[in-house]
Amino acid sequence: MTVTEDRPARREIGNARKRKEDQRLITGRTKWTDNIQLTGMLHLAMVRSPFAHAKITHIDTSEAKAATNVVTVITGADVAEEQGGLPTAWAITTDQKTPVHPSIAVDRVAFAGEIVAVVVARSAAEARDAAELVDVDYEELPAVLDLKEAATDSALTHPDLGTNKSAFWQFDSANAGTGSAVDEAIAEARESGVVIEREYRQQRLIPAFMEPRSFVADPTGEQLTLWSSTQIPHIVRFFLAVVLGIPESKIRVIAPDVGGGFGGKLQFTPEEIITVLAARRTGKPCKYTETRSESLMSGHHGRDQWQKLTLAAKSDGTVTGLKVDLMADLGAYAGVVGGGVPILGAFMFNAIYKFPAYQFNCTNYYTNKTWVDAYRGAGRPEATFAIERMMTELADELGVDQLEIREKNWIKHEEFPFTSVCGLEYDSGNYEEATAKAKEMFGYDELLAEQRRRRESKDPVQLGIGVSTFTEMCGLAPSRVLGSLNYGAGGWEHAAVRMLPTGKVEVVTGVSPHGQGHETAWSQIIADRLGVPFEDVEVLHGDTQISHKGMDTYGSRSLVVGGEAVVKAADKVIEKARPIAAHLLEASVDDLEFKEGRFGVKGTDKGMGIAEVALASFTAHNLPDGVEPGLDSDATFDPSTFSFPHGTHLCAVEIDTETGGVKMRKYVAVDDVGNIVNPLIVAGQVHGGLVQGIAQALWEEAVYDDAGTLVSASFVDYLVPTAADTISFDTDHTTSPATSNSLGTKGVGEAGAIASTPAVVNAVVDALRPFGVKDVRMPCTPERIWKAIHDRGAGGDEPTENAAMPHFDEADVADRTDGASA
Amino acid sequence: MTRISLKVDGASCSDDVEPRMLLVHYLRERLGKTGTVIGCDTSNCGACTVHLDGKSVKSCNVLAVQADGHEVTTIEGLAQDGELHPVQKAFHDCHALQCGFCTPGMIMQSVDLLNENANPSEEEIRLGLEGNLCRCTGYHNIVKAVQAAASEGAGASA
Ligand code: FES
Ligand code: FES
Repeated sequence: MTVTEDRPARREIGNARKRKEDQRLITGRTKWTDNIQLTGMLHLAMVRSPFAHAKITHIDTSEAKAATNVVTVITGADVAEEQGGLPTAWAITTDQKTPVHPSIAVDRVAFAGEIVAVVVARSAAEARDAAELVDVDYEELPAVLDLKEAATDSALTHPDLGTNKSAFWQFDSANAGTGSAVDEAIAEARESGVVIEREYRQQRLIPAFMEPRSFVADPTGEQLTLWSSTQIPHIVRFFLAVVLGIPESKIRVIAPDVGGGFGGKLQFTPEEIITVLAARRTGKPCKYTETRSESLMSGHHGRDQWQKLTLAAKSDGTVTGLKVDLMADLGAYAGVVGGGVPILGAFMFNAIYKFPAYQFNCTNYYTNKTWVDAYRGAGRPEATFAIERMMTELADELGVDQLEIREKNWIKHEEFPFTSVCGLEYDSGNYEEATAKAKEMFGYDELLAEQRRRRESKDPVQLGIGVSTFTEMCGLAPSRVLGSLNYGAGGWEHAAVRMLPTGKVEVVTGVSPHGQGHETAWSQIIADRLGVPFEDVEVLHGDTQISHKGMDTYGSRSLVVGGEAVVKAADKVIEKARPIAAHLLEASVDDLEFKEGRFGVKGTDKGMGIAEVALASFTAHNLPDGVEPGLDSDATFDPSTFSFPHGTHLCAVEIDTETGGVKMRKYVAVDDVGNIVNPLIVAGQVHGGLVQGIAQALWEEAVYDDAGTLVSASFVDYLVPTAADTISFDTDHTTSPATSNSLGTKGVGEAGAIASTPAVVNAVVDALRPFGVKDVRMPCTPERIWKAIHDRGAGGDEPTENAAMPHFDEADVADRTDGASA
Repeated sequence: MTRISLKVDGASCSDDVEPRMLLVHYLRERLGKTGTVIGCDTSNCGACTVHLDGKSVKSCNVLAVQADGHEVTTIEGLAQDGELHPVQKAFHDCHALQCGFCTPGMIMQSVDLLNENANPSEEEIRLGLEGNLCRCTGYHNIVKAVQAAASEGAGASA
């Protein structure tokens, strides 16, 4: 009896399979960390600094300790010896300055929101009440709140470091031997060509995952268990061991269902250490779940850069050089990726264009604000924004079409594989095809004609058309490359395939999904590879006792790296099964072929399904001599190179020049992410990414006041877009398979967020060209747009305060509702 | 402490609660109805949306004592006799969820929206869901799911 023989041949890869993980999520049977209740569990509440920079002169915990059902109160001084410091995995240079980062501040706080004491009580409400009773005396210190001011060292974020500068990092194509000297190209262009010089601001953003972070530590039993709403259970386990000096083998980290991350949960946090410390001290399970305001204030932020760009071109529009000078704000401390985030963009400013000369300079600074780390795209959205804005500015300068200038400079499809000016080999792509498809879906020429009409008639509502022909590097990352960049770990991924005697298959993966649908996609891959039913595959992840090694989920790496590990493990299962099948079929190994889940003897109708071989291997009654029972296999895949998804995004906005209001009219995204395992999931990733990128362009900004308090510390002020703010999108694909993995996939998690921001800002600026506007700083609020129109030249320069509009102000809702009607 | 008696997902319950206890905390901590989640502290995100006597409310914005004598339906009580509600099914069919954290609230709000307006336009759907934040889906497929549920007659049935 076999299940395989009578199953019709079916390819799962490429199917729009509905997700396996949905059932529990739509019925409320999800296991979020905050749902966990253990016997005797205690609850934590944090006392956080209201000051951006201050000395802690005295902490009085006596009243809090005496409060009802409070078990203990922990201060930094109490744990100074055992808490260690939070690590960064990526010192970008060997002389990077990195401040010590205690989980609970001991004698000084460096941002508003830093933890100064922890209350442990029998209920969360009692802990929070008692936290109000902790009396902390501060002596305020001068705070560094502005990135450009930080560079002057007029005040110091960490007086001990003697400077706010963390590190300087450069890539120069002439030095690297991958291109020519950029200063020469710029000098030449100043003589006889075109030079475009701009400064752009990447505002500070907040990842704003919907599930607030939650941690449960259980000290009972032989292993200490930490449940964490994290993207990186394996990395958290490693760091917990290193920081607290616990043997790694005594720690189990579990990421149960995790409600979104977007890089925001790619962090090893003070709260994780504190929950473990509290559990160790009390001997009881402890839980900490942050409030939304705590999340926005103390979970790491994203972006926050100034970008100075100089683009050199010949007068015919051929680009000859690009020079990038970045200032990046790390906030108060260097996080796990920390200073490396801008470096992830270092090789992407040149994008899809054939720049012969390129230089990238980046200086990272500390400020007395929330730490900054990875947020969807991490480094690559910043690069893409800059270059895509610059190419449009070049087109404007030369008076040619935005797409035409790009086409003149991009890598032609017949030129792949192409080695970029950064020395990266782009394996595949077809920018012409993606652009042609996008133009057609968009109605590019018709919209241009409409724009002309509106300009000529001086219509108060102007139409802007924005373009972004982006690429990104995904599949983080080849371990050797990471090593050369001084990153603290490798970039491989692990998988195991276990063949159960009942014919079911367990796939263990080292990646750690939190909404991406890996359970479904991995099942599709295994179903095809092993020829077993999709339904028979169970995907296990996110528990270091089950998935004992892995590098987790971020950087659009899961499918490209982790998926390939799954393929390799499956192939090993087949190779293990082959001699057993040959033995049982009384055939020679060479005469067997494996197809659609079945070993067949060539030229006969004899054969057996892989589930039968699994059962035979399990009973082990009749195995060939010297063959071990069991088909289970492990594999680790370390990519030899990155993958390079690309696409053409086109955006049309209408701008009411009398109010500055923006209404998105149409958005087309044609992405080439290589072969697609599940089109439904890919479309979802694109939609979500688009809205995050559009939100950067139009709405979101983390705003601080002069005292260093985060003003946008709730969803009233931090404008995560609503359904009423957004429109439906037109998405499609072209397919140039990646050559760096056998599935031909390139990664899609970040594409939408990377591509959309410049498309939208290019559209906004395009609408305002008749008014002489060359830039509007993000987020392009109605106020900024209005000012740009009515106060020429003001578009890029006004301060960021007052940028955030109240989200649920009625007048505002009405205004933005207009903006949403398509 | 105040004694409250109410029906939750069809079952009668009676408890002594602190007057300040929020309905969402009562549901999660006392009844173990952890399908309903908390996403914010300013009543903006809608993750906690449940039905109170058949109308959607943000359960972080209602005190447990206010639910005394009333009937609460959470995401866990939406499916009937093992059959998913058409809106639940539509969310699955249209891939209207990724991490799923907003999903219980989003589904409860969508059911309410369709009860009020069995045949909403895209704009009406978008406005009707404005109080529910989702960070993953970009809303595109959520709108599609509500449209799909509407065409299945979800509004009329519930
Ligand atoms: S938790 Fe109720 S609205 Fe956010
Ligand atoms: S699915 Fe993740 S927040 Fe909506």
